[in-house]
Amino acid sequence: MNDNILEMKFITKEFPGVKALDNVSFSVKRGEIHCLVGENGAGKSTLMKVLSGVYPYGEYTGEIYLNGVEQKFSGISDSKKAGIAIIYQELALIPEMSVYENIFLGHEIANDGGIVNWNETIKQSNEMLEKVRLNVNPATKVKDLGVGKQQLIEIAKALSQDVKLLILDEPTSSLNEDDCENLFELLRDLKKHGVTSILISHKLKEVISVGDTVTVLRDGRTISTLDAHKGEVTENILIKHMVGREINNIYPPREKTAHNDVVLEVKNLTAYNPRIGREVLKDINFTIKKGEIVGFAGLVGSGRTELALSMFGNPVGYVVKGEIFIDGKRRTFNHPRQAIKSGLAYVTEDRKGNGLILIQDVKQNITLANLDRISKRGVVNDNREYTIATDYRKDLDIRTPSIEQKVLNLSGGNQQKVSVAKWLFVNPEILILDEPTRGIDVGAKYEIYTIMNRLVEEGKSIIMISSELPEILGMSDRIYVVSSGRISGEMPVEEATQEKIMHMATN
Amino acid sequence: MSFFTDLKNITKKNIREYGMYIALVAIFVFFTIATNGIFISSRNISNLLNQTGYIAVLAVGMTLVIVIRHIDLSVGYLAGFLGAIAAIGMVQWNLPVYIVIPMVLGLGIIAGLITAFPVAQLGIPAFVASLAGWLIYRGLLLLVTLKTGTIIIPNDAYNAIGNGFIPDITGINFLPGMHKLTLLIGLAAVILNIIGEFRNRKSKIAYNFEVIPMNMFIMKLVMFSAIILGITWVLAGYNGMSWTVVIMLLVVAVYHYISTKTVLGRYIYAIGGNPEAAELSGIDVKKLTYVVFGSMGMMAALSGILFSSRLQSATTTAGQLFEMDAIAAAYVGGVSAAGGVGKVTGSLIGALVMTSLSSGMNLMGIDISSQYIVRGMVLLLAVIFDVATRRASK
Repeated sequence: MNDNILEMKFITKEFPGVKALDNVSFSVKRGEIHCLVGENGAGKSTLMKVLSGVYPYGEYTGEIYLNGVEQKFSGISDSKKAGIAIIYQELALIPEMSVYENIFLGHEIANDGGIVNWNETIKQSNEMLEKVRLNVNPATKVKDLGVGKQQLIEIAKALSQDVKLLILDEPTSSLNEDDCENLFELLRDLKKHGVTSILISHKLKEVISVGDTVTVLRDGRTISTLDAHKGEVTENILIKHMVGREINNIYPPREKTAHNDVVLEVKNLTAYNPRIGREVLKDINFTIKKGEIVGFAGLVGSGRTELALSMFGNPVGYVVKGEIFIDGKRRTFNHPRQAIKSGLAYVTEDRKGNGLILIQDVKQNITLANLDRISKRGVVNDNREYTIATDYRKDLDIRTPSIEQKVLNLSGGNQQKVSVAKWLFVNPEILILDEPTRGIDVGAKYEIYTIMNRLVEEGKSIIMISSELPEILGMSDRIYVVSSGRISGEMPVEEATQEKIMHMATN
Repeated sequence: MSFFTDLKNITKKNIREYGMYIALVAIFVFFTIATNGIFISSRNISNLLNQTGYIAVLAVGMTLVIVIRHIDLSVGYLAGFLGAIAAIGMVQWNLPVYIVIPMVLGLGIIAGLITAFPVAQLGIPAFVASLAGWLIYRGLLLLVTLKTGTIIIPNDAYNAIGNGFIPDITGINFLPGMHKLTLLIGLAAVILNIIGEFRNRKSKIAYNFEVIPMNMFIMKLVMFSAIILGITWVLAGYNGMSWTVVIMLLVVAVYHYISTKTVLGRYIYAIGGNPEAAELSGIDVKKLTYVVFGSMGMMAALSGILFSSRLQSATTTAGQLFEMDAIAAAYVGGVSAAGGVGKVTGSLIGALVMTSLSSGMNLMGIDISSQYIVRGMVLLLAVIFDVATRRASK
């Protein structure tokens, strides 16, 4: 008898222009803890979204068998009914509601008239809380609990729906060590009660300690499935499988342009995010030289974007401590405007979210950060704007029917070029590029790299935040690795390897 | 043949923008027929424009507030309250008009800044902050008119703002019975517009810009000129252009210029389009929130002046529901609730549409209860049309 609770066969999922999953096969044995690892963008989340019905049957190709029966989920509710529960990194609880309301949200214990039986709800909530070994009053509001406890409530919620297969997406990324250990203890416990878990994680140490089986994905393909009990799983093997991609020659050649003068120095930078009540940056120190491309490697959520924002006038309201020196002079920025005036520019990782104004056209987006340059006594010179936008369009090869086209209608790569053009127009000395090639095709990537090379040749400096190791290795002069809000390593590119960076980043 | 295909293409492309103008013309035609021409009479049109004045200036201010994704509910009673302050200033404090008007406008700006404070500084939703203002100004209006009740304004200069007309050129026998200066202004507007459009077109061509075909361009100019001349002709047949119309057009012109040509305008629309991106681009979102609410307060003051001068008195219920009329006018005029989109000229048209409906239905003798229902349905239709065309243009 086949003892796989789950079998996914030949799963292929395509997004416009990208094959996110390419013939992936993935099976999970009954009653095990199965870890799924891979770099950012390897396809882990996409695979789990296929499994949980976020991408319904028909939007992917391939087969899913649960307990030997083929499943064609048309939505999340179908997979829930089949006993699959997925817990995301971003918890899906309602903070203002009590623990018991949250646990039974969406499947309330009610009579035929829709009247909720709260006493029964509380009683059953207590049972669920006992199962996840959480000792709280079920009437407590969720917002009054820590992240670790909230996670347990998510699990309790899943258990209340008679879950057979529990998927946890990066559950430990915001937990402290005690909470992590507690969570793993619980997973082992649930295993005994017949609940199978799939754990997506970046932290290889915890993968090794808790996983029975580990599957490595890379570039949308299954690379290997390893059995922990046969001693097949070590940090080195996992990293090798995760990053084993060859570095193609997709980086334009470049001469060394770094000078010796330091243009930017950051000392003892610490940032506290009051909204989540956590330090997001701890004691950051680094320097940037003139004409240098410095790569900031690390995993998603390691604190690199927070670092960029903290330096760039802190628009999100962290409590920032530390010193920033530009050309040796101490600077304090309370608003992005001041950072821009001092020669900084920040191309955000989220061009649609906080980078571009999608409902405005190409030329308006390009000139927005430096409108003063094309205006006289507060009146914008439309003709100059037109000329300038036309120049950038030609220069960066922005493919758009017209510079009066709304940015909304451009492809990702061309939107990114508009974003870059916008910041080139402020003529910065130090350009911070946050994930500059995310979600854009190879051709556009190459063009972005070429622009970067040209800038450093002109004596500008670039901070490149990237989660793609080949890009870090292919473009940087020097590399800092960021992990959990700290700088966990620094090295010149000559000494860097993907394995070495991954070790520092997953530490 | 190509003329009509061009016409079809252009209308299709700009349906959203032209839609309102077409609707306004349709409303005019409908009421003219339904009232046997009374609606289009000089006297009625002149009246209608004067009635639009105090709502239109509010709608113009409200446009920018909605563009930056906020709302200001306090402006109706604020207008009423400031109108009463103007009356008290002249009647009880014996201040001259030229002091009272700037003083009231200044108070309006201050009131706007006060509304902006909790919004910009503390992140309180503008709906709530301005609802508090709505209650407070309503109370203040009742308070200052408590002893006197309605305050009659005996000042002729002040009352001319809402009731007077611009003087005429005297001593010419040409076109008797017509208001010559009004005609002259209309003619000047047409000529300036034609020159401006041609210049614009030329510079666009010089930059290799796409321009509409020549025959379309001419037709657009002819239509636009015909509308201006038509309106001035109608107005000239009565008392000419009123001061209210002059003020309204000036306000719209200034706001139109600011919102389309200046850095300030760009920043306001950028904030509406994406506040986070605007902040990261170095725009001081907080400061501009104050600016926009300050301008809204000033428009509320102007609205209060126009209204009290039109009634020649300050009443205890002045300003009631003005804010809702202004918001409705802005939405009918194509302002997007999602922020970042909307023209002040559109809001003017929106205000005209709404007052035309009232005026026309009044002339037809339609009951006020039905009037509200019709206006509500027109608002709904306008917004549905807006959303539908927006989606289609994607």
